[in-house]
Amino acid sequence: MQAQAPSPVATAAASLSGGTEVAPALAAARLALSRDLTLAFRKRGQLIQPLAFFALVTMLFPLAVSPELSRLRAIAPGVLWVAALLASLLALEFLFRDDAYDGTLEQYALSGQSLTWLLFAKTAAHWLLTGLPLALMAPLAAMSLGVAAAAVPGIVLVMVVGTVALSLIGAIGAALTLGMKRSGALLALLTLPLSLPVLIYGARATELAIGGTSFIAPLELLAALAVLAVTLAPLAAAAAVRISLE
Amino acid sequence: MRWTWFHRLASPPYLYALAARLTPWFAWPAALLILGGLYAGLVLAPPDYQQGEGFRIIYVHVPSAWMSLMVYVTMGVAAAVGLIWRMKVAHAVAASCAPIGASFTVAALVTGSLWGKPMWGTYWVWDPRLTSELILLFLYLGFMGLRAGFDDTQRADRSAALLAIVGMVNVPIIHYSVIWWNSLHQGPSVMRLGKPTMPPAMLVPLLVLLLGFTLFFAAVLLVRVRAEILQRERAARWIGETLRA
Repeated sequence: MQAQAPSPVATAAASLSGGTEVAPALAAARLALSRDLTLAFRKRGQLIQPLAFFALVTMLFPLAVSPELSRLRAIAPGVLWVAALLASLLALEFLFRDDAYDGTLEQYALSGQSLTWLLFAKTAAHWLLTGLPLALMAPLAAMSLGVAAAAVPGIVLVMVVGTVALSLIGAIGAALTLGMKRSGALLALLTLPLSLPVLIYGARATELAIGGTSFIAPLELLAALAVLAVTLAPLAAAAAVRISLE
Repeated sequence: MRWTWFHRLASPPYLYALAARLTPWFAWPAALLILGGLYAGLVLAPPDYQQGEGFRIIYVHVPSAWMSLMVYVTMGVAAAVGLIWRMKVAHAVAASCAPIGASFTVAALVTGSLWGKPMWGTYWVWDPRLTSELILLFLYLGFMGLRAGFDDTQRADRSAALLAIVGMVNVPIIHYSVIWWNSLHQGPSVMRLGKPTMPPAMLVPLLVLLLGFTLFFAAVLLVRVRAEILQRERAARWIGETLRA
């Protein structure tokens, strides 16, 4: 067997880890993750957009429904989750677009590293930049809808778990629509039906958290969805990216 | 194990001719079963003791709903075959399934809401099955939308195939989460279709129609597959030879 020349990503990964025993796929994934985070922090404007959108959608409901806190409190879980779903959908546009334009995705596919792991890292970075901030901002939005402060830990926890699943499901849709000129509406049509279970369990768990009762059952179901998404979505996204590069 | 029959199916001219030959074998039994089943269901079967004559819509509603799911599974399997074995005609089959399945879904939704008016007093109730059916319609629309989004047939085929497989994994999850959701917000006395204790005079026409709808789907699918193959292979020489013969 002839030894293959190590790919640039693998070499960089080896030098970065100082030659210690790190699985190359994981090392490459870590590099992709830190690269995405670095890039994102150099373009901070983009990070604000989904958050501002989330706040804006939440604000629409008091204006459209009623300023009475008692009525708003009743619809708060639904409002929070619909707003989070739409905001994460909006943020999906940033997930692969730039890397598809400048050829980075193609290099990832050719690097000899597992594309699944690299896309998982990219999605993880995307979640750190959009899903997690959304979850941290959700209590603010909830309190503006008249939710008691005691519910804040529960709301954040449910939102953290739910946005993991949303980011990963969205990654499949974003990968399928790569290279399309106007993919916005189609992306929504592909992603939203697949995200409905997350919406159902997330909103129910939030409702229970706001009511001050145990929300462990829907949270566990939500966590199961997140685990399933972590396991399968990167595989599907990698397959979709490969199809787009054929 | 001999796989030659499978390989032969992958050849567009062979499948085109086979589809043409098989169509009447499905179309005529489908027509007879549907006409007979409708007569038995709409005329011969006794009215329901609770729902009166209104229950008869199940003879269209239940087979449509059943087909909407079965067509989705057929589409997903065809898409998977196309993706795994790179079989172009399997993608043609998957692409032909989508509009048929979407039509069955629309039929199930329309008949369901028409049935709802006399039974529930309103055209739409967020019943778990109607809701699942509506979501299924969006899954079909997404599949067709993704196909339409690409000019390149191969890219459209393979991307849509992947989406169909993802959708197949998700359909049960969506369905059970919707049932779970509905069990929390149980409305006032939702009546259920298709009680297990249906007398034979009502049940037999339903089974006949289920079979008839399935054969009807097979016949329409074969016709659509031929059209799809003609369109895809329009530059191929065998088409001219076949059509002149």
